[in-house]
Amino acid sequence: MCLAVPVRVERLLDNEMAVVEMDGLRKEISLALVDGVREGDYVILHVGYALSRLDPEEAERTLALFAEFAGRLDGGGGTQP
Amino acid sequence: MKYVDEFRDATLARGLAQAIAAKVRCDRDYHLMEFCGGHTHAISRHGIHDLLPPNVHLIHGPGCPVCVLPIGRIDSAIALAQEHDVILCSYGDVLRVPASERRSLLKAKAAGADVRMVYSSLDALRIAQENPDREVVFFAIGFETTTPPTAVAIRQAKAMGLKNFTAFCNHVLTPAAIQGILESPELRQVGTVRLDGIIGPSHVSTVIGSRPYEFVAEQYQMPVVIAGFEPLDVMQSIFMLIRQINAGRAEVENEFTRAVDRDGNLKAQALMSEVLELRPAYEWRGLGVLPYSALRINAAYADFDAERRFSIPYRAVADHKGCECGVILRGVKKPRDCRLFGTVCTPENPMGSCMVSSEGACAAHYTYGRYRDYRDAAPTPKAVND
Amino acid sequence: MDDLRKRSNLRPLDWRQGRVDMTHGSGGRASAQLVDELFLRAFDNDWLRALNDQACFLVSSGRMVAATDSHVVSPLFFPGGDIGCLSVHGTINDVAMAGAKPLYLTAGFILEEGFPLRDLRRIVDSMAAAAREADVAVIAGDTKVVEQGKGDGVFITTTGIGVVPEGVHISGDRARPGDRILLSGTIGDHGVAIMSLREDLRFGTTVASDTAALHGLVASMVAAVPDIHCLRDPTRGGLATTLNEIAQQSGVGMRIRELPIPVRPQVKAACEFLGLDPLYVANEGKLVAICPPVEAERLLAAMQAHPLGVDAAIIGEVVEDSHHFVEMETAFGGRRMVDWLTGEQLPRIC
Repeated sequence: MCLAVPVRVERLLDNEMAVVEMDGLRKEISLALVDGVREGDYVILHVGYALSRLDPEEAERTLALFAEFAGRLDGGGGTQP
Repeated sequence: MKYVDEFRDATLARGLAQAIAAKVRCDRDYHLMEFCGGHTHAISRHGIHDLLPPNVHLIHGPGCPVCVLPIGRIDSAIALAQEHDVILCSYGDVLRVPASERRSLLKAKAAGADVRMVYSSLDALRIAQENPDREVVFFAIGFETTTPPTAVAIRQAKAMGLKNFTAFCNHVLTPAAIQGILESPELRQVGTVRLDGIIGPSHVSTVIGSRPYEFVAEQYQMPVVIAGFEPLDVMQSIFMLIRQINAGRAEVENEFTRAVDRDGNLKAQALMSEVLELRPAYEWRGLGVLPYSALRINAAYADFDAERRFSIPYRAVADHKGCECGVILRGVKKPRDCRLFGTVCTPENPMGSCMVSSEGACAAHYTYGRYRDYRDAAPTPKAVND
Repeated sequence: MDDLRKRSNLRPLDWRQGRVDMTHGSGGRASAQLVDELFLRAFDNDWLRALNDQACFLVSSGRMVAATDSHVVSPLFFPGGDIGCLSVHGTINDVAMAGAKPLYLTAGFILEEGFPLRDLRRIVDSMAAAAREADVAVIAGDTKVVEQGKGDGVFITTTGIGVVPEGVHISGDRARPGDRILLSGTIGDHGVAIMSLREDLRFGTTVASDTAALHGLVASMVAAVPDIHCLRDPTRGGLATTLNEIAQQSGVGMRIRELPIPVRPQVKAACEFLGLDPLYVANEGKLVAICPPVEAERLLAAMQAHPLGVDAAIIGEVVEDSHHFVEMETAFGGRRMVDWLTGEQLPRIC
């Protein structure tokens, strides 16, 4: 049961609901499982609910880690060794 | 797409493939099991196998909740729809799973039963509100990602005072599945099945956190890396596991830091414990009966429990004699080792559930990877060498 | 036809609130009135005005092509089109995939009792507009009415007739190892547009169906490269199904690349969200072309120069393969098979 997609919270609604957006696609989903979500946040959407919020700083850190390996591949043209 | 495309970048993939190739020792093999149906699917769909060295083997564990759902429980759901005349709401994946006598929910629907596909438990609630004269049963299945949504729906049903809504609860627990594998006879006897590391599920972990896996590392000395959903996450996690294995470490590491922490989603956990409780035992297809491995609705919410409202006798049903789903789920055999694979058993005509759900090991291999079975004599050149 | 109305004291059809009833299919005055006020008015040509049960037309020398398609799409109206224009485009495209110029269409309607006349007129007007734009005449037709509950509003069957130019031999069994595989544009648009309207899925999108008549594009392709081996439009079952069909018919395999296959971001998002693979999602205004390798660049240029082929791309090649597998190099750098579609693609939750 792992089909989950990262989506952007576009607009908060009543009753713990929100409109989320993904490349122009919009859906109303429930925020009942996550507190403190703000417009502009990214959440993981699964079967109509936000399961958790995505941390943008951690995401950047993870991508930087990948880039490190790619940097080594290109002969050290990347960020850190 | 944000948080998606960046994590599928081919250049970064080559970098990681190179790093893994450099990290593996040539004098041994690495057997890594993943427990998340989403990982099974991502690995197959993006063709990650081709980016790994030949001595790294990926085993598809029981991460697909449709695959571990016993036939008897599907029979019960069909009976609810046919004999009790309820509106049976179900996730799409379950509709085609073959039950006893080649029946399925989809076939029951074709024969006139009111079976409806829903995307969310909230849709089932809405159907109950719109049809006050009919009983509505939500066929609740899944691991801990899908369990909180069921709990929310049941709570909302109580708050709304709905009299015609119940859930048929078949939620199962991931740590129990992992333990079931680690305790399986083939693993405990040295030589039958090798398992060196576990790729931990992504979205289940956002709910339960990383703490529940610590027993795996401590009691079984098995390294675990919780992997994100995208193919780069999976490759990075494989790298981290190989690093641990080489160093002789057995820890729980978290690659999916952008969504997972040690505690998990406490609000979701609280909602689950408010509505649900542990079953002492539950039969898993392929793994047998596992203790404290599944959930049922507790007494406080008894009015929303389909098993209390309707008489649903449970009959354990064995798999087809030739079906090897059980051992395939445990990583003992590969899909092509099963006599029925690709001949009698295909996605069009599935004999066992590993073939029905596109996350099942057999369906994934059949749909995305069976061309490799014909090429074992002449291996396909790896992308990393291109 | 005002004579008919005067003679039979028929009231004019009530386009605002009127509905189809059983008399409209019985062949009597009500049927004739429907033909007159709706179909004749919309399609308006000499053949139909003759009011015969058949249409007579001259046959040019050469090879003729006939194709037929039934249309049962639901919902009837969707972003980008409706069952009417879809039925015209679909059959024109089947004819065009032989490299043929479409000449005539016939249209059979099965109407459900109770279907609003207002919607029927909208559909027929849409068909007429599509046919006019394609320069194809609807020369014969039929109408039947079934009882309420026995139809989905309206089913339309169209048959198309065309003529193949000299020197053009396009067929699904002509793909040869070494040939290049070309795709005319973005995939998945039609299927996603339809799915977005499903009650049980409920998502908002601006994706519109790509339904279009492709014979103009085909004509410019054939002019540039007469030796096109295969043409097919990837409708139900998507690109994956079409490639597997041709591979099977021709007794070959295919190797394609995911990266050059154009997919709109919204379609990609919808597929991610529903757990669908765009390769299997229906298209109604795209085609796959297979040609000898030396012609590939010229064919691509001809496609890209046409408004319906601006996003055209070379996506792979034909290879020898006794198993007829279609394999794909993923955008990620791995490999996978692109198999036949299994059953109906149910939105995946897992």
